[in-house]
Amino acid sequence: MLQIVFDALTLGSLYALGALGIALIFGVMRLVNFAHGDVIAFCVFALLWPSVDAVAIVFAGNLPWYLLIPFVVLVGAGLSVLCEIVVFRRFRDASPATMMIASFALGFVIRYFLLMLFTSRPKSISLLPALSQPVEIFGARLPLLQLITIVTTLLVLAGLTIFLRRTRFGLEMRAAAENFAMARMLGVRANRVIMLAFALSGALAGAIALIFGSQTGTADIQMGAAIMLMAFIATVIGGLGSLGGAVLAGFLLGAASVVMQVVLPVDARPFRDAFVYGAVILVLLFRPQGLLVARGTKERV
Amino acid sequence: MSNATTVDTHALDSDKIAVRQPSRFSLAGRTIWTPLLLSLLLVAIAVITFMIGSRPFNQTVIDVFVRVILVVGLYVFIGNSGVMSFGHIAFTCLGAYAAAWLTINPAMKKISLPGLPEWLLATKLPYWQAAVLASLFAGVMALIFGRVLMRLSGIAASIATFAVLAMINAIYSNWESVTGATSSVVGIPIVRTIWPYMIAAVVAVFIAWAHAISRSGLALRAARDEPTAAAASGVDIPRERLVAFAVSGAIMGLGGALMAHSVGVVTPDTFYLGLTFTTLSMLVVGGMGSLSGGVIGVVLLSALIQALRWLEAGVPIGDSTFAIPKGLQEIALGIIMIVILALRPTGLMGNREVTLFRKKTK
Repeated sequence: MLQIVFDALTLGSLYALGALGIALIFGVMRLVNFAHGDVIAFCVFALLWPSVDAVAIVFAGNLPWYLLIPFVVLVGAGLSVLCEIVVFRRFRDASPATMMIASFALGFVIRYFLLMLFTSRPKSISLLPALSQPVEIFGARLPLLQLITIVTTLLVLAGLTIFLRRTRFGLEMRAAAENFAMARMLGVRANRVIMLAFALSGALAGAIALIFGSQTGTADIQMGAAIMLMAFIATVIGGLGSLGGAVLAGFLLGAASVVMQVVLPVDARPFRDAFVYGAVILVLLFRPQGLLVARGTKERV
Repeated sequence: MSNATTVDTHALDSDKIAVRQPSRFSLAGRTIWTPLLLSLLLVAIAVITFMIGSRPFNQTVIDVFVRVILVVGLYVFIGNSGVMSFGHIAFTCLGAYAAAWLTINPAMKKISLPGLPEWLLATKLPYWQAAVLASLFAGVMALIFGRVLMRLSGIAASIATFAVLAMINAIYSNWESVTGATSSVVGIPIVRTIWPYMIAAVVAVFIAWAHAISRSGLALRAARDEPTAAAASGVDIPRERLVAFAVSGAIMGLGGALMAHSVGVVTPDTFYLGLTFTTLSMLVVGGMGSLSGGVIGVVLLSALIQALRWLEAGVPIGDSTFAIPKGLQEIALGIIMIVILALRPTGLMGNREVTLFRKKTK
């Protein structure tokens, strides 16, 4: 039982962090960033030396953990800011659909850049191997990693909340998310706020890369995509632009997946995803604006 | 013609609505050039391909025609309603598998897909009948899903359509006895001549045009541009969206059936995110709100992909061959798409259509 709770929380943490990365950017510039998943993959591959061999040549991955973590987070933030400066800055006035396709094309470019350097074969890596040892809590044996994932997510969420509520940058970001034009007129520098949002989102991508990489022990070019789909859905169910909603929906989706895996009869288990997506449609039918409605995204007439 | 004369005599009476009748025919007359010119383009491509007579090139052009059908299907819903849909490839998947069920040799079907109902196991139709039935099946399924989905709008609708795609994919990847799960379904008769694909693409273009100038299509576009005003004028937005969704679902199903016949193999993952984004990109690069944009987007991007592949294989220049490294093809494609969109955010065609004459009014 406890095992199920922890499984749900671990999966939910990943979805929540991913959803947060999308919601942050959507909040300030109404962009659904499909390149986010590829930024995650890039962060993992940043630890390896380019090679076409099946065995990964670990490069930065050999750093001690107190250097490794900042390195990956900085790579994520750096790549994300680079994307904004090189690509998204040109799309400020474009329609959401155009921006979405542009972000998809950008993700495509990142993915095939990785493919060129590393080939499409998944590589096994051992990232922070000390974390896979089991620990015993309340009579359940859990990998230490699960605990750390959950704790890290909570810490990141708490840190982000303090940042957004207590600092000047945070205030500017929240103002921009609520009414971008008005915030600009009141002296918020648009480009700085957007760059900050991209940096934060990229740092979150780095965090996901670390957690997911050490969980699965493989580096795969497709790895970002699986999380991103769920994170993307979580962002919408949570209420687009609402950060709290994104986190809540991320955890709910994680819980739904894990619980269905346990509850469904054996015959129906392969169809678990179909049930999860069916539930998503149901939620949308009853709450089309999402669970928590963000201020400023309501349709105005 | 007789219709027009009766309207004329009645126009003097108090029947004001009847006076507007001729304008509908003149709308058809004014816009018929768009599908005609687009069809001409498609026919020209087919004839050139036929004259070249190279097998691989023939297959490439068949792929182009299939994608034209798919993108035109997307246009019918996305272009006219303004709602982004990530789920239409689900109907392509339904169409492709329906075509497989109807055309595979019964003896083979009994072994590979034993879960099919008895009557379906015994049927074997010629490919064109199967394609029509597959298209109808996809259209009906779109109608059923659309009944639920069309109550949503904006990004919630987009995500819900995506959930449909993921749902269909999850079902078709796991329903071993009916869809063969993730392994490929083989034995679908392969059609190698180019003409059926060309005819289907032309038919799709004309269906899209007929829908766009129909009462329902006009109402839907009005609702896209001014939702509040349209609703206040009595446009039932969910209903008009549903019509477009079903029509586009049927076109997507037709595309799926033909796609199955062009390669002879179907797997669920062919009809997932990759194809979704390829077709959506073609529509957006061409211009989301324009039928011509969709068709031209497909033709241009396909030509670009082909040219890059050709460069990747190596081009002899003098004594040496010039080849770009593997993987650069996709990167170049992505960069070119970003550049096109940055320069023309509404796509190459914007909201305009190709016609022979400039419109008199704006």
